[in-house]
Amino acid sequence: MDAITITSENPPRTALLVLGCPQVPVQTSIALYLIHRLERAGIAPIVAGNKAANTLLLTADPERHYLGEVMDLDRAVAMISDKQRDFDRCFVFIHNDAGVSYAATMGAISRAKLYALVYGEHYDELMKQIDFPCTTIAAKAVHNPMPLRKAIEEAAPWAA
Amino acid sequence: MGCVESMNYEILLRDATFKESRDYIREHFREFIDVPPGFKVFDVHVIGLPPIAIGLEGNFVVFPYTKPCHGTFLLRVEDGEEATRLRALKK
Repeated sequence: MDAITITSENPPRTALLVLGCPQVPVQTSIALYLIHRLERAGIAPIVAGNKAANTLLLTADPERHYLGEVMDLDRAVAMISDKQRDFDRCFVFIHNDAGVSYAATMGAISRAKLYALVYGEHYDELMKQIDFPCTTIAAKAVHNPMPLRKAIEEAAPWAA
Repeated sequence: MGCVESMNYEILLRDATFKESRDYIREHFREFIDVPPGFKVFDVHVIGLPPIAIGLEGNFVVFPYTKPCHGTFLLRVEDGEEATRLRALKK
């Protein structure tokens, strides 16, 4: 990774990854991949998920080669709502109705540029529910992460 | 459910979509207020697509509670103080 000099005029850029329910296998894999790509672009990734989603990541990366800060999802929502903290980018993992609700919430409470990562068996139906401003990155990915990984590479959200 | 667990709540809907929850409140409660996502009801920041409906019925507050793996629950909690606070927001 190239060294990046941080100055007061160049504050560290941050990205919040809002994890959904980990019942769809690609989530953990894609989260680690996205963390890797963001870090390589000099963007500090912060993960917010429920206990199961966070534990899957922490188990997959026990020495924290990729993972940085990991926090409880409810705590992240509270901190952003209370204006205690915010991020430059926010990626919301969506494979069910709750994921759409979390994305809409992040769009309303955060100033971050919002990305909706839509996947799973019913990704096309979920996309129709997204009627708020965001960049949608979507693919029919359940067990195989490659379609979603390809969609992420094409969108290159770390470069925007 | 965090602090929600300590509440004496009744579940009116479980594993619902956000829209089902909003429609239920609007159809079943004559009195409700619309709030933005992140709005605090008790100690819960509500999740959902704006506007989010909160039902009021006497001393009872009815609000959606969303979890990533279980969808949206519609909870009914008795608390006159909170109901009064929310009612005052309508004015």
